[in-house]
Amino acid sequence: MNLFEILGPVMVGPSSSHTAGAVRIGYVTRKLLGEEPAEIEMLLHGSFAATGKGHGTDCALVAGLLGMQSDDMRIPTSMELAKERGIAVSIGEIRLKDAHPNTVVLKVSGVSGKFLQVEGCSLGGGRISIRKLDGIRTDFTGDSPTLIVQHIDQPGHVAEITSMLAHKSVNIATLHLYRDSRGGRAVMVVETDQPIPQTAVRWAEHLEGVLKVTYLNTSEEDM
Amino acid sequence: MFETIEAALAACREKGLPLWRLFLEDDCRDRGVTAEASLKQMQTLWTRMKESGDSYDGALRSKSGLSGGDGAKMAAYIQKEDSLSNGLIGEIIAQALQMGESNACMRRIVAAPTAGSCGVLPALLLPLYRRKLADDRQVIEALYTAAGFGQVVATRATIAGAEGGCQAEVGTASAMAAAALVTQQGGTPEMAAHALAMALKNLLGLVCDPVAGLVEVPCVKRNVIGAVNAFSAAQMALAGIESRIPADEVIDAMADIGTLLPSCLRETGQGGLAATRTGCDIARELHAKP
Repeated sequence: MNLFEILGPVMVGPSSSHTAGAVRIGYVTRKLLGEEPAEIEMLLHGSFAATGKGHGTDCALVAGLLGMQSDDMRIPTSMELAKERGIAVSIGEIRLKDAHPNTVVLKVSGVSGKFLQVEGCSLGGGRISIRKLDGIRTDFTGDSPTLIVQHIDQPGHVAEITSMLAHKSVNIATLHLYRDSRGGRAVMVVETDQPIPQTAVRWAEHLEGVLKVTYLNTSEEDM
Repeated sequence: MFETIEAALAACREKGLPLWRLFLEDDCRDRGVTAEASLKQMQTLWTRMKESGDSYDGALRSKSGLSGGDGAKMAAYIQKEDSLSNGLIGEIIAQALQMGESNACMRRIVAAPTAGSCGVLPALLLPLYRRKLADDRQVIEALYTAAGFGQVVATRATIAGAEGGCQAEVGTASAMAAAALVTQQGGTPEMAAHALAMALKNLLGLVCDPVAGLVEVPCVKRNVIGAVNAFSAAQMALAGIESRIPADEVIDAMADIGTLLPSCLRETGQGGLAATRTGCDIARELHAKP
């Protein structure tokens, strides 16, 4: 931990895992969606379900989905803000198998009709991990630009994406591959050191065999 | 980054630097930032800390209804002429309560080192600052000492209640605050280390047993013991009193005790105060709340 992880973060209380981490999961989910949400369904698991109300986990998640960061003083009023913006919010509980105690499943529809399902967990100290995206296993933090490509499990897709990144001078920090079955649905999660140009992301969307491309842009301006 | 307090003290002696300067330079190396950038970030933290302290609202209540208003009661009490704590110590108690309550009521705070223990360090620094016994520069130096020593505790032991109990959270906060106060008062690095050791020793074994699993009971009031304990330890260290057990060994003992604690006493809300009849009643009521 660096010096400012010992002293800090500046955050809205009461809990770094149940409040600050929850804001972060919501925020990363919004970035993944890439647009204003129209409908939010959240299903709380484990300790999030048991103590989430008292820790403001529900309004922290909504705050993040509205684009707030964990030090935003409007977090306690996020439910009202969502209402004002005409966003439908529903909250429920879920029992997941083998999930971290602080886990939430977010089902979010955007204003353009885009749909995303995210399973995120809060690891403590405000750090998080996105464990599932549209039902497929992943593991990324949302701290770096991240490209998530869902594709058919067939030869060549990793080469296509990595060559494109090389061509754009984007360095790959980590690369993870997952699939549900041989020849079935696969997902590639690429964390990079530089942002990926929007044109490159759109190019990837049109590749044959690519089902869906989601890009997590970590820079502030594009929200 | 320093793995032992002793290594930090040795580096101070060798380079002829005060603790805060040592930790500032270490931060620059660690994160690849300039001294200006690091100092600016610390200044921002201190500004946020002051803002949180100044914006306390005694009328606020937490969502559970368990916390709020006590900081205002304490502040009113210490105004009385016949109150035994109508001085600095009373202000420390009031500030610790207020910051703990602000956290419980979803206000913005600075985790130091955690959200649950966020009241300890400002409980010492804010009253000193308001009484003009410390200026911005001194406070920032003290914060570097606190953070640098806290880093050693986090490396050798833990600062998470779920791993080490409350001794890891309020205990560490208290140890950091004691060292910070010694630095601010012009004590030597060795004195700061003794203050850290004495403060942490006094809170060894403190369990994490939050009622209904919330950062409220007993967390808010534990910030008070953290702050007052830090004050005492710093005073002893400044008087030249030494800890018989060196700081690093105290930190190791805290880590060992943390491992020995059963999980029901490590932030699970299942043992200690959480398991009392009243604690269980509160948990049941809250869970039934819509």
